[in-house]
Amino acid sequence: MTDLPLPTRRIPGPLLALRNILTFLIRQPTSAFGLIVLAVLILTAIFAPLIATHDPYVQDLNNVLQAPGNGHLFGTDELGRDIFSRLVWGARITLTIIFLVTIVVGPLGLLVGTTSGYFGGRFDTVMMRITDIFLSFPSLILSLAFVAALGPSLNNAIIAIGLTSWPPIARLARAETMTFRKADYIAAARLQGASPMRIILKSIVPMCLPSVMIRLTLNMATVILTAAGLGFLGLGAQPPLPEWGAMIATGRRYMIDSWWLVTFPGLAILTVSLAFNLLGDGLRDALDPKQMNRR
Amino acid sequence: MLTEYPRLRSVLGQATTIAITLLGLLLLTFIIGRMMPADPVRAIVGEDASRETYEQVFNQLGLDRPVWEQFLRYLGDVFSGDFGTSIRTGQPVINDILHVMPATIELATLAILIGAGLGVPLGVIAAVNKDRWPDHVVRVFSLFGHSMPIFWTGMIALIIFYAKLGWVGGSGRMSQFYIGMVPDRTGFLLIDSLLAGQMDVFWSAINHLILPAALLGYSSSAYITRMTRSFMLDQLGQEYMTTARVKGLSKRQTIWHHAFGNIKVQLVTIVALAYGGLLEGAVLIETVFGWPGFGQYLTNNLIIGDMNAVMTCVLIVGVIFIALNLLSDLLYRVFDPRTK
Repeated sequence: MTDLPLPTRRIPGPLLALRNILTFLIRQPTSAFGLIVLAVLILTAIFAPLIATHDPYVQDLNNVLQAPGNGHLFGTDELGRDIFSRLVWGARITLTIIFLVTIVVGPLGLLVGTTSGYFGGRFDTVMMRITDIFLSFPSLILSLAFVAALGPSLNNAIIAIGLTSWPPIARLARAETMTFRKADYIAAARLQGASPMRIILKSIVPMCLPSVMIRLTLNMATVILTAAGLGFLGLGAQPPLPEWGAMIATGRRYMIDSWWLVTFPGLAILTVSLAFNLLGDGLRDALDPKQMNRR
Repeated sequence: MLTEYPRLRSVLGQATTIAITLLGLLLLTFIIGRMMPADPVRAIVGEDASRETYEQVFNQLGLDRPVWEQFLRYLGDVFSGDFGTSIRTGQPVINDILHVMPATIELATLAILIGAGLGVPLGVIAAVNKDRWPDHVVRVFSLFGHSMPIFWTGMIALIIFYAKLGWVGGSGRMSQFYIGMVPDRTGFLLIDSLLAGQMDVFWSAINHLILPAALLGYSSSAYITRMTRSFMLDQLGQEYMTTARVKGLSKRQTIWHHAFGNIKVQLVTIVALAYGGLLEGAVLIETVFGWPGFGQYLTNNLIIGDMNAVMTCVLIVGVIFIALNLLSDLLYRVFDPRTK
């Protein structure tokens, strides 16, 4: 290397951008709300054993369908289990869904998008046709079909959601790749003898990563609603798991007399999906250069 | 030769695309149907059938043939209108689905009217007042509609408007009392009851329809509002708007006659797509409201594992989506003078 003095505390470009975006998000009341809710969700999931007031699985048949209050913040369900504690433990399930869907969808979408954008031609046409086919179903219906085939369980629901939500990511990664693939540094890498695999992994994927991450955030609200919908239909998490959608499904029989059984899990789902939507909305603004200058 | 007829070429190109997408759709449903862990032969012959009977049915179903041959057979069946029989009712699946479809179409149509009736004006208001309080209110309102788990909102609405206030009917398409009173002519209860001159039944049907339709409409209005807002912003930022104002037109005239007039075509395509999206909400809302439509049919069959019925439903949703995409594309071409 040359002996030019390198700036000591240079923040890499992507990180700097991330910091700017975060500052922008916190300044907006709506997206700040989204960030706070997510922080609370993560903290709740981590410290669930400390926050929960009761064991989420222990039944207390002397205390079934208790109204909120009396030592049970959100009341008890049909088996006498504390609803607040179940919601708190349910945060872990929600986070697991988010995490697993992200690690399935991100790489899958990136792989399909970058390869078809880089190679182009026939390969691209075929891959984009396949993407279109997946896009021609509403995500819930296709997930239903996959779960029906795989059998109902939380893991299968996550797999099904993963299998159905990669196409928008692939589309995005492809569009990004098309803009870089003629760039000089890609040509330079190719002339040095780098294999297509190496170019895609080392030079293209890192460039697509920021926008893909943002797109994943935007999709999270849909993922949460689909997972809750599957749970509600009895095709996702199975009892006694305290998954919020499944809690609503079991509470449905008692909803007229014991409103708290369905109300609180629903509020939890609504809050988290609203938080992701508000955050996504803020991100969209943050990344729109026209908007950023105006504010 | 085709290069001389760009329009013909684009139509042909589109037809090929649709054909390939359809084929892919069929391949997808075929593969999902095959992945099923339950044994289709066991479902027919029962647990304690002899080995010979099992083999016989296995061969009858064509499961001994290579997979590609099975797929071709499946294609042939589908194109000749044979979607298999439902295990539960013993009827051809397609008959069952045609029977439940009107209930869903009735629900979805009212819902899209509510959704568009709510979403379009709100979108315009938000765009005109960009970054002022009406814009923020509309944004939060529509994000709420987009974020709510619709099955949950349906229950809460039932608790409030049905159980507590008694303003609307509960589950089903009409009160138990009226079931069977109206002859089934079109399957659309609102039309049938009017044809039969049964106003009681008509009002009962409206009473049961209004709540699920309003909820579905609200959830789809979120998308319509957002799109209307961004289309309007595009128009409002253009120079002809300033020109119109300079010429002395009022703000209201420029907004509704000039800007809104220009986005009508785009709006129609958006509403067509939102109509398809309602099918997804319908699956959940029909379960909550005991609505005997397509969504309930799908979920009921999912639970008992009737794969013929499930896969046909999935296929139909896919076809409806492709058709709506095509329709919105066509509308765009027909109504937008620039594409001529």
